[in-house]
Amino acid sequence: MQLARVTGTVVATVKVPGLTGIKLLLVQPLDRQLQPVGGQVVAADAVHMAGPGELVYIVTAREASVAMPDPFVPVDHAIVGIVDAVRSLEGDDPAATPSAADAPAAGPPPARKRRTRGARS
Amino acid sequence: MKLARVVGTVVSTINHPAFEDRTLLLCDLLDPDGAPSGGYLIAVDSVGAGAGETVLLLDEGNSARQVLAAPGAPIRTVVVGIVDEVTAS
Repeated sequence: MQLARVTGTVVATVKVPGLTGIKLLLVQPLDRQLQPVGGQVVAADAVHMAGPGELVYIVTAREASVAMPDPFVPVDHAIVGIVDAVRSLEGDDPAATPSAADAPAAGPPPARKRRTRGARS
Repeated sequence: MKLARVVGTVVSTINHPAFEDRTLLLCDLLDPDGAPSGGYLIAVDSVGAGAGETVLLLDEGNSARQVLAAPGAPIRTVVVGIVDEVTAS
């Protein structure tokens, strides 16, 4: 399992039937110092709550599809948790706060669409 | 299996149900001589390992699920031992 930063969303209308209903997010894998390592990949969101700018941890390979409701879907990266904090031996790493403000690859603050249910004017 | 050193923990409240009540450890991978080799992995603890300890990491999903007795868990990396000594000739 590895740390990653959500950098965007991916929308695909035409896809393999097994991918229907699965939220796809663009993620940048990170090293332990939260610096980008390697290229960005598309990951399925198994927690249903991750959004751009968030620090998450991902699983790869067969375990990615195991994380989905149907464990036989063609998925090779999956987000399985949203990181609240990374605590290192030397104390809390200030770089490891999961806020969107320090997202190195996210660019401008993410425009998250929030729907307020039941809100009436 | 891989040699690693526990260097911290990862705290997460919103996660896949399989990670409920499990401790996630941040582990630096080690060379046989004990020096960090550059990589790291987040592992689920199964032995009660603590920060600073040299541990044995299992990085294979089926074995991880067997060790944790969690058949449907999307867990791939597990700490399966605390290393007392490594002798490299």
